[in-house]
Amino acid sequence: MQEFTTLTGIAAPLPLINVDTDMIIPKQFLKTIKRSGLGVNLFDEMRYDDHGNEIPDFVLNKPQYREAEILVAGDNFGCGSSREHAPWALLDFGIRCVIAPSYADIFYNNCFKNGILPIALPQEQVDVLMKDAEKGANARISVDLEAQTVTSSDGEVFSFEVDAFKKHCLLNGLDDIGLTMEKAASIDAFEAQAAQARPWV
Amino acid sequence: MSPKTLYDKIWDAHVAHEAEDGTSLLYIDRHLVHEVTSPQAFEGLRMTGRTVRAPDKTIAVPDHNVPTTAGRENPENMTEDSRIQVAALDKNAKDFGIHYYPVSDIRQGIVHIVGPEQGWTLPGMTVVCGDSHTATHGAFGALAHGIGTSEVEHVLATQTLIQKKSKNMKVEITGQLRPGVTAKDITLSVIGETGTAGGTGYVIEYCGEAIRSLSMEGRMTVCNMAIEGGARAGLIAPDEKTFEYVKGRPHAPKGAQWDAAMAWWKTLYSDDDAHWDKVVTIKGEDIAPVVTWGTSPEDVLPITGVVPDPASFEGGKVEAAKRSLDYMGLTPGTPLSEVTIDTVFIGSCTNGRIEDLRAAAEIVKGKKIKDGLRAMVVPGSGLVRLQAEEEGLADIFKEAGFEWRLAGCSMCLAMNPDQLAPGERCAATSNRNFEGRQGRGGRTHLMSPAMAAAAAVTGRLTDVRELM
Repeated sequence: MQEFTTLTGIAAPLPLINVDTDMIIPKQFLKTIKRSGLGVNLFDEMRYDDHGNEIPDFVLNKPQYREAEILVAGDNFGCGSSREHAPWALLDFGIRCVIAPSYADIFYNNCFKNGILPIALPQEQVDVLMKDAEKGANARISVDLEAQTVTSSDGEVFSFEVDAFKKHCLLNGLDDIGLTMEKAASIDAFEAQAAQARPWV
Repeated sequence: MSPKTLYDKIWDAHVAHEAEDGTSLLYIDRHLVHEVTSPQAFEGLRMTGRTVRAPDKTIAVPDHNVPTTAGRENPENMTEDSRIQVAALDKNAKDFGIHYYPVSDIRQGIVHIVGPEQGWTLPGMTVVCGDSHTATHGAFGALAHGIGTSEVEHVLATQTLIQKKSKNMKVEITGQLRPGVTAKDITLSVIGETGTAGGTGYVIEYCGEAIRSLSMEGRMTVCNMAIEGGARAGLIAPDEKTFEYVKGRPHAPKGAQWDAAMAWWKTLYSDDDAHWDKVVTIKGEDIAPVVTWGTSPEDVLPITGVVPDPASFEGGKVEAAKRSLDYMGLTPGTPLSEVTIDTVFIGSCTNGRIEDLRAAAEIVKGKKIKDGLRAMVVPGSGLVRLQAEEEGLADIFKEAGFEWRLAGCSMCLAMNPDQLAPGERCAATSNRNFEGRQGRGGRTHLMSPAMAAAAAVTGRLTDVRELM
């Protein structure tokens, strides 16, 4: 997994609440057995018309947002299906960070497994960053994971919370299966004890 | 000992390792696998030379992609990308030695219907699957939730999941339901009340007389949609109905093991003075037969209501409601019972069990579906299908004009050929009414099987009580 330390980039505004993972990557693109290549279909049904032509009004089709690396969105981002294809599609497009007031649980976890930082900030701070993002490509937002800060293009700094373990893994690009396997003795011991206590499992 | 919730008890029994900051390795008793969210995980194992740690606790079944029409055992009857995904699951199940129900097996079906049916799901277990509707298994008092593909790989390799404990939320449904009101109306009404993010960060325990009165099928319907309420999992404490349902299933414990299991299962309830971080109470008699009007499962109203005015909402919901109504092609003030439909879909892990089919059949018995309507029943598993045929339900549906299909996820997420055309409007017993969910441009109204059956007969959203 690619590590995430700092990022300064274009932020695309998506002022919608309850953006679900069906919206982020519709089901017809889940028939892949790979993780890559989904960026072209990110937000497919909002981004293309019935004939596959780009809808010019959609934010990621606008010239100033085609290179966006940050997405600013509304409440409960990533709700619905557990499909990890959603963060895969974001990443493949080039989005490394999402900023929203809140996230659905599974999507939030999936981001950290893929080197994407989902930042939760209070609505009024997201509103400031949304306005900032609406200014276009010249208004770059900066994110510093170590310092846990987001800085608007005007220099306004917002602090965010992130779980210490998730932060550690993201900063160092760590594979958590490897980390868990270091605790194999604990798992072995638990398994032996559970086999005694609940042999029917 | 301090009083505990049911969630606390199951959690405590499964912590294999806990770090100082509370990050825990939660041991997983059952790992369910389907074809869409697993290929990359198995590929990851191969690339790193890892194996499946507990293949005997891992169960796979193809469900999302599979056609529901005859002849599907022949791979040529699947689109190429679906065929590749199903073939990958066939191969992964064989290579890694995990339990498998292929398309040709009568026990094949939707993973969340097969698990309980085969007795893989038992009280007090931890159950995960790369599918958000894993919450279904919470009906047995099992801690069950959906995970992403990276976590699927993590569980395959280590049989554990890295977790921090969620908060406890109690949803109590008091008293009894009125006639025509079902488990689906309960679960939709709860989401209507708490919103799709109301449960974020929580595990919900559903309790109260109305929940106790539900069958196991109804309880699965309630827990299935805990995820639509944002919760990591939904739980219902096991009781005699649970034990009765589980007993004798192929993978349920037997003999002395059954007695030992029962001794533990009977301790699986929330203590009287346990701490709840959030409590929601709804009176059973206040719940009406409901439908959704928008593109979020929280857009719930009684069928007697009218399409709402976006201006009646607050904050980001105003714009969301405008967008929803535009997508759904609805005008504020229109009575919901005047909204005409094109398609009816009865099935899914929410409502594809035998009781659901019985409830729908009771409404359509001796009637015909509205002229020009497309209506299909997709049983949740091959065994549900068989039972429905034996009970004569299949004949009732077919005589009424329904298509009688083979088991799978089908039009709930439309990954197989069962899809809505743009602008087509569907009365669906599934769980999500998101934009494009049932097909690009398709319009979904969620409701109970009885309500969907009523809509099939009249060709519009209908109060089932008019047909009872």
